[in-house]
Amino acid sequence: MAEHRIVFEPEDRYHAFLTVCKNATYGSGTLAGIAVAVKDNISTKGIETTCASKILKGYIPPYDAHVVSLLKQSGAAIAGKTNMDEFGMGTTTENSAFGPTLNPCDPTRVPGGSSGGSAAAVAAGMVQMALGTDTGGSIRCPAAFCGIVGLKPTYGRVSRYGLIAYANSLEQIGPMAKNVADVSRLMQVIAGYDCRDTTSYDHPYTQTPDADITGLKIGIPQEYFGAGVDPKVAAVVKNAIARLEELGATTVPCSIPSMEYALAAYYVICTSEASSNLARFDGVRYGHAADTKKSWHDAFREVRRAGFGTEVRRRIMLGTFALSSGYYGKYYAKAQIARENVKKDVTRILSEVDVIAGPTMPTIAFKLGEKSDPLSMYLSDILTVPANLAGIPAISVPCGMVNQMPVGLQIMGRSFEDERVVDVAYAYEQAVKQ
Amino acid sequence: MTENQVIVGLEVHCQLDTKSKLFCGCSTDYRSDGPNTHVCPVCLGLPGSMPVLNKKAIEYAMRVAKAFNCTVIRESEFSRKNYFYPDLDKAYQITQYDKPLAEGGYLEIEADEAREKRVQLTRIHVEEDPGRLVHMGNAERGKYSLVDYNRAGIPLIEIVSEPDMRSPKEARKFLNKLRATLEYLGVFDSEKEGSLRVDANISLSGSERVEIKNITSYKGVEKALTFEVTRQKNLLRRGLKVDRETRHYLEAQGITQSSRSKEQEHDYRYFPEPDLRPIHVQSWVKDIILPELPDARRERFIAQYGCSLNHARTLTGGLRLANFFEKTVTSDPKGLSTLAATWIADTLIGELNYRSMSIDALDPDSITVLVLLLKRDAITDKSGIEVLRVMLDQHLNKQPCEAPQAIVTRLNLAKTAGDTGALEVVIQEVISENPKAVDDYNAGRNGALNFLVGQAMKKTRGRSDPGELNRKIVEKLGNTEV
Repeated sequence: MAEHRIVFEPEDRYHAFLTVCKNATYGSGTLAGIAVAVKDNISTKGIETTCASKILKGYIPPYDAHVVSLLKQSGAAIAGKTNMDEFGMGTTTENSAFGPTLNPCDPTRVPGGSSGGSAAAVAAGMVQMALGTDTGGSIRCPAAFCGIVGLKPTYGRVSRYGLIAYANSLEQIGPMAKNVADVSRLMQVIAGYDCRDTTSYDHPYTQTPDADITGLKIGIPQEYFGAGVDPKVAAVVKNAIARLEELGATTVPCSIPSMEYALAAYYVICTSEASSNLARFDGVRYGHAADTKKSWHDAFREVRRAGFGTEVRRRIMLGTFALSSGYYGKYYAKAQIARENVKKDVTRILSEVDVIAGPTMPTIAFKLGEKSDPLSMYLSDILTVPANLAGIPAISVPCGMVNQMPVGLQIMGRSFEDERVVDVAYAYEQAVKQ
Repeated sequence: MTENQVIVGLEVHCQLDTKSKLFCGCSTDYRSDGPNTHVCPVCLGLPGSMPVLNKKAIEYAMRVAKAFNCTVIRESEFSRKNYFYPDLDKAYQITQYDKPLAEGGYLEIEADEAREKRVQLTRIHVEEDPGRLVHMGNAERGKYSLVDYNRAGIPLIEIVSEPDMRSPKEARKFLNKLRATLEYLGVFDSEKEGSLRVDANISLSGSERVEIKNITSYKGVEKALTFEVTRQKNLLRRGLKVDRETRHYLEAQGITQSSRSKEQEHDYRYFPEPDLRPIHVQSWVKDIILPELPDARRERFIAQYGCSLNHARTLTGGLRLANFFEKTVTSDPKGLSTLAATWIADTLIGELNYRSMSIDALDPDSITVLVLLLKRDAITDKSGIEVLRVMLDQHLNKQPCEAPQAIVTRLNLAKTAGDTGALEVVIQEVISENPKAVDDYNAGRNGALNFLVGQAMKKTRGRSDPGELNRKIVEKLGNTEV
């Protein structure tokens, strides 16, 4: 196969990239010659992969993540590695050890997170497509804040092999692009079974988006328009849903009572899993080398204290606590029950309607530094975490502006009906384009 | 229960003899290769790697479960056991916690009073082995340590017994039976270095329980427990208390030593492994066909070869040994079995153990020939042992190995039987050199005959048959009298 190169030397005004591959090679295939940016928690053979953490500075994976192999097979050029909240822990990309990414729509604001670098790279036109990862909203939030499209696929639809785990049971790799058609194209490439990820399913994605949504039933959960959601954002989203009705859809009011505990359950589960996943960063095999003159115990502690940022340390501590003997039943086990309840609520609603719609984020993008206390930052994930807890597909598509900043419409669907949420987003996008 | 009754329970970890590791495709055949040569992103715990369960390991473990009559659980799962240690690549071990593969079951062992006894099992589960630390210098004072991840990810089966054993010897027998059964099942190779690790719980009735960790040999289990029984009894005798604690077994010194209390405060923060799905394999149980197991083979050896119970137990106590015995007698089972059983069980095993040799080194045909020589009365038992030792030493020293017949010829060990002339000369010499003994014999002191036979044996360097000498001397002395 002939090998080609693109010269990729963008002016990175918004600090979207941690690594730029100036001479990216590409082959032939459906994405031939298209520059795709890859979030820095996805392993790329021979390209530094840091998760935006000091502890992985200098780590060059000896293997490609499954999705990266698929990108290369489809002819895409890996343009670089994008900035993110350290290990995916954040909603603003301010938690990067290498400095924040700025929002191309307004550089005084955050791009959202944790896939903020990927969203900014797409929004600024530096790349046509990007891969993000979504543990509790990390694709959809920056897509909404930067005014692009982002899909969190059904859990198991895309292989996680090579994704540096933050919270295994919640996260998925997904496509981000300026329009729904490109998101769909990228999804075609990355979806499917991988024998190296035994939680993946044999559900390839072959859909070309279809804008006909006649007869579609949309559930509108009251919780998505209640307290904590900016009324101006809610109004824009309601308008967008009215537009879907004009296109032939009907709406049904509904309720997800389990949302009361969704956020708490989400933070217990993701921090618990993270505390275990991140334990391997000890300076023995990669990253900061441990001081061999010290006892291993002291050396590990020093490496980890120096290598992890504040938010990562906080979440490791939270997760360690939640899993401790005597607390496991109170926290981790309870969180699993709450998670099951969210699944049940969502399954019940989706047995009566085809999709659920609401805002992606309760507000527009924050100002840099605005969310200084962790709790208020965690609260902003309230509308995105239910899809991760339930494992269902969810897409964010731009649906208007508030204060000159983009607002995202979120469409959630039944498991393995990623095609349908893509169709609904496409129908909306095509309608407002005309 | 009598006072100071010894109560022992064991946790046995055995490496399952699969071709590839538990969660990746790396080969398990690492022992003759350099460090970190059998590794990949998965068993190195590189960021982003994910485990894929080796079906064979689960099947192997289920064979064990079926052989020991355990109940395979409908839904079992893997959990993470979180702790920091330099040899643990992911800083957690993937193991099974509250949903093990199988529960219950039992093993029958020969108890101290020689009755069969059941030791109940608690559970059987599957887990991965961590890597291995190599200390430069010793662990405390060495300059540094190196890590070898070749072993990381080797499948282990952990078999946990109820506290049903009543002596260190019973514990040893439990372990021997366990090893034999696992070998018969074709899932375990006891001769591979590091393939076995045992933790033992021991208490004296009414006292606290002590856990002994780090026992890596079959003999070690009995030794460690015996040491611990003595230590605990001494404490009680002096009116002191046995502390509930974890102790390490120091193989070289044969003693146990208290571990630092810090290590007991581990909180492993178990939770289900999110990268692996639950295991539903109960339906496989009916499809597992078990091979002949040690008990059945023992009974067959008694019935088919006429072995004594003790010989049959010994010979079936290891797969290699049992196979070796059957190969030895295959040409003439009726004619050779009794003699071969005696020689292999009573002599050969001792000689092998003395040299720390595996029976694999030996060709069963050579033992067949040796047994034939003995059966044909061509050599004496004493010479038989000598031939055996020469054969084993040649193997051990990697010298060219001679056939038993060649050794007999070279060392001139052939029995003097048939060579009547030579024997006559020897007897005549003995009689003339020992007039006092001859007088004693004639006076009716039977001890004198034994003395004379002994003298004749000495002169023939053990090659003559004592019975024949006895007969001939009596004959000769009778003649003198006439």
